[in-house]
Amino acid sequence: MSILVSKNTRVVVQGITGKEGSFHATQCKAYGTKVIAGVTPGKAGQEVEGIPVFNTVADAVKKTDCDTSLIFVPPPFCADAILEAADAGIRLVICITEGIPVNDMVKVKRALHGRDVRLIGPNCPGVITVDEAKIGIMPGFIHKKGIVGVVSRSGTLTYEAVHQLSTLGLGETTCVGIGGDPVNGTGFVDVLPLFEKDSETQAIVMIGEIGGDAEEKAAEFIKKNVKKPVISFIAGITAPPGRRMGHAGAIISGGKGTAAEKMKILEAAGVTVVKNPAEIGHAVKKALGR
Amino acid sequence: MNVHEFQAKSLFAHFGVPVPRGKEITSPDAATTWANELNTPVFVVKAQIHAGGRGKAGGVKITKDKAAVAGLAKELIGKTLVTHQTGPKGRQVHRLLMEEGANIAKELYLSILVDRDTGWPTFIASTEGGMEIEEVAAKTPEKIIKEAIDPAVGFQGYNGRNIAFALGLQNIEPTVLNPFIKMLGNLYRLFMEKNCALVEINPLIITKEKTVVALDGKVSFDDNGLFKHEDVQKMRDLNEEEPLEIEAAANNLNYVKLDGNIGCMVNGAGLAMATMDVIKLAGSEPANFLDVGGGATKETVAAGFRILLKDPNVKGIFINIFGGIVRCERIAHGVIEAAKEVKITVPLVVRLQGTNAEEGRKLLAESGLKLDVANDLWEAAQKIVKLTGK
Repeated sequence: MSILVSKNTRVVVQGITGKEGSFHATQCKAYGTKVIAGVTPGKAGQEVEGIPVFNTVADAVKKTDCDTSLIFVPPPFCADAILEAADAGIRLVICITEGIPVNDMVKVKRALHGRDVRLIGPNCPGVITVDEAKIGIMPGFIHKKGIVGVVSRSGTLTYEAVHQLSTLGLGETTCVGIGGDPVNGTGFVDVLPLFEKDSETQAIVMIGEIGGDAEEKAAEFIKKNVKKPVISFIAGITAPPGRRMGHAGAIISGGKGTAAEKMKILEAAGVTVVKNPAEIGHAVKKALGR
Repeated sequence: MNVHEFQAKSLFAHFGVPVPRGKEITSPDAATTWANELNTPVFVVKAQIHAGGRGKAGGVKITKDKAAVAGLAKELIGKTLVTHQTGPKGRQVHRLLMEEGANIAKELYLSILVDRDTGWPTFIASTEGGMEIEEVAAKTPEKIIKEAIDPAVGFQGYNGRNIAFALGLQNIEPTVLNPFIKMLGNLYRLFMEKNCALVEINPLIITKEKTVVALDGKVSFDDNGLFKHEDVQKMRDLNEEEPLEIEAAANNLNYVKLDGNIGCMVNGAGLAMATMDVIKLAGSEPANFLDVGGGATKETVAAGFRILLKDPNVKGIFINIFGGIVRCERIAHGVIEAAKEVKITVPLVVRLQGTNAEEGRKLLAESGLKLDVANDLWEAAQKIVKLTGK
């Protein structure tokens, strides 16, 4: 078992003929992911590394029966691309694109509400189920099949945590990057119950950062619903208020969203909070009694 | 991106949100000319800097004497204001807003931002205008009114009525109910059309003449939406930004200057923050946040070095790269090339992990450069802190 994506997931890459899209489509395919279609308007009939390109997502769905989309479309056209995927019947949309205007995401989130589609991201590294499917831009080789589920707002910081888990021999089940934007599709509280239910996942690593209240909401959920050990690191204890730290969502505003506050609330919910990001792997090992 | 009050108010006026008659002034002479044209019983001269708390810091002057405005303008232009938002160094005043005074009957608070929890644009209103809203929210949360707007249909009359009646406007001044609600709709339009991150009016006043006026105004824009608005891009005031941050942005680097003395260069925002945190845990303070991004090249690494070394506080540099798509041996080449161009005078610790890390470390070790190479994050942080003598 795993969550969200598996070896049976059938992927269409939107923006496949672009520099990023073609590179990562190829990388995902090489990992073993079933990348079976690509979309770039006006380029139907072309192929990228043997992957057929279609003009529309609807065409791709009709011809290949793809069920999951991976998006590399540039920010000005990205809201359009997400909505196109949803309308074509795609059930899981993973959006890598960074820099989508917040108000575009406000409209997208509203339009997807109540529909049978899950959006992951934007501005995220994607999702990987180890040794089954890599649907995103993460380096596949640092992952090792194992027992820890990882959910994170960050990209390279997730790789750091994964590297520690792999090196210590714990390994991962699925790693989900939910992205660093203030308005996104999937939150910690959406992913946590999936890991809690997954029979292979024995512990959960949750990587948060300053800004917003996703970690606070997660703490509330964990307290009530999660029995598996949760180990968390929150980046940005040294970040000053009012300054955006790279991610649009990583900003302490009005005295809210500080790392210290989030750590306190998570600890109160029974989560093992790690202050040193170099200690994430060891903390998981300890929590599992290994 | 933030803009000045006078720019926010010109946007308000454009969208049908009433503001006092006013004008941007940059010299005492212009103040006199505008005062003659304005011809009002009370003149208000306000320093324009991107920080709140200007009034308390002496940045707002009021006079009934038309002849006095030039003197007030002279006093404010070039003055450095220190407020709770500027930091101890303060901010120098280059521009003023000069406008007519108002007869205040009641002060309110009003803002719009996107509620991150629901993903809906949300009005925040309060009868406690002119105060720090965070303080009001902390001490008297019952005085904060929230109204979320469904982005599928936009602002509706009932949203306006909900806010107006919750504020008790029918008791304060019933004749302003309709103009107030209309103004809310206009403000929502501004927020959505111009890709704002925040629109705030504090105070929004009801005048003795029974009108609604935005007496102050703050607008900040979503940087990701700026490409849609050339007019807004033109409002950028580089005087209000840190010079090193401007240089970084020109090189596609994400840099935020901080007060410590260990400069850091990292790929990825989350890892960059975590690196700052590790420096602190190891006993020192980070000099900056610097994310070189996913596509780090020799050029970006060199630009990063130049920026870090321009900060006189920097006593050591910590490079932390987790190679994913970015290959470590490329970063190593970048460091070696950059070190030829930019004379590195402070201790340097490079930690490479991930794609081709070993190759990268080998290149650095054999380069003859004076630097320390590390595998592990914690080991690297301790090294640089030790080398900078803390």
